[in-house]
Amino acid sequence: MKRHIRNACICAGLLGVVASAAIIHGTQIARAAEEKNASASITIDNFSFTPKEITVAAGTIVTWVNHDDVPHTVVNPDKKFRSKGLDTDDQFSFTFMDAGTYNYFCSVHPMMTGKITVK
Amino acid sequence: MGPSPVYMDAGKHGGYKKARRSMGNIIKENLNPDGIDRRGFLKCMAWAGTGALCVMQGGVLKSFALGPGGKSDKAAMKGDFAFAQISDSHIGFNKAANPDVTATLREAIAKLNALPQSPEFVLHTGDLTQLSKAEEFDTLDQSLKSVRTDRIFYVPGEHDVLNDNGVQYRERYGKDTKGDGWYSFDHKGVHFVGLVNVMNLKAGGLGSLGNDQLEWLEDDVKHLKHSTPIVIFAHIPLWTIYPEWGWGTDDSQQALSYLKKFGSVSVLNGHIHQVMQKVEGNVTFHTAMSTAFPQPAPGRAASPGPMKVPDEKLRSVLGVTDINFIRGEHTLAVVDSPLAGE
Repeated sequence: MKRHIRNACICAGLLGVVASAAIIHGTQIARAAEEKNASASITIDNFSFTPKEITVAAGTIVTWVNHDDVPHTVVNPDKKFRSKGLDTDDQFSFTFMDAGTYNYFCSVHPMMTGKITVK
Repeated sequence: MGPSPVYMDAGKHGGYKKARRSMGNIIKENLNPDGIDRRGFLKCMAWAGTGALCVMQGGVLKSFALGPGGKSDKAAMKGDFAFAQISDSHIGFNKAANPDVTATLREAIAKLNALPQSPEFVLHTGDLTQLSKAEEFDTLDQSLKSVRTDRIFYVPGEHDVLNDNGVQYRERYGKDTKGDGWYSFDHKGVHFVGLVNVMNLKAGGLGSLGNDQLEWLEDDVKHLKHSTPIVIFAHIPLWTIYPEWGWGTDDSQQALSYLKKFGSVSVLNGHIHQVMQKVEGNVTFHTAMSTAFPQPAPGRAASPGPMKVPDEKLRSVLGVTDINFIRGEHTLAVVDSPLAGE
């Protein structure tokens, strides 16, 4: 009888260990996937994009945030991406899947330009 | 003497050499029989803020003080008609530079309604709204209902065509206009042209009129007599004030070339939220104050954004423009009036 209980406890313990191991492994897989979808941030302030030029890996999500007190837009002349008017604290995100060079500018204040290089 | 509107003063504003050179050529130093020299011109413009009338007659400036106490030659001052310009109301803006732009717009309207000669119509040179939102256009229309005038004409600013390439703007204000919203009309022998230079802007560029509009303009003025006075109004300045901040129009030279033959051309713009003037041959350029918030003088700040001034000073840097057309005179009589400080 005691042996049965002892064996059951051992089994339960082993199952518990296996289960925990499975959970930990699952979490690691999820984290690895998150790292693959890297993100980058560009600030819009004082009528400029900062940083003005960035280089990111393919698959990166780039987010522009407008901290200026006037609205701005983010427009790619090749029509690959275009935000609507962004007021203060509004954001716009775009995932760059393909390698290449992407110029963009603010269609409201066209002297504001930036560039994203995707490797 | 009240606070004077900001104006281009050759030598005062560093960093824009081109402007300095051209301003030096335009405002002549030489004294004329009336004793108005370059300093006199600037002094006259300062008086403009306090209700003086500056009239240019054949390149010579005469000033008349308006109101009791000032000598006024009524015959010389009497214009065939008066109209007004307001600009950059930015309805929807609510940041530090002016938390209540609707209130200052109403004060500007009160100013217009208090003019000694009611404007026969009003030109709004753009940036009606801050974000092209329906409720912003609605608020503007509501406010402008109380302007005592026959008609208001509009041209869009870049803030009015933010998300829809101007569809909403044209639905409201673009009846009988062509293309992106350009048009012309005649009033008592003066030919007015409203141009749109805020569409299809190119990266790194300035304002733009585009080929379609230029072709239309050339055709529109082709058959007019050379003696017809012309008034062009558009949002972004049609002369290059400060390219670093987008204060200019890529193809304005082309437009102005169609107007070379006319004896009197006046260009009225907005966009820069301060008064600037320039005379070049037969063309007089003028930009208006905003009714919402001021912006810095060229190069005087990191960017051309809304400029916060002390609360008690705000109304002295916002204003309206009263314009008198005086038949036979070479240029319009333009008076910029701040909301306060006269």
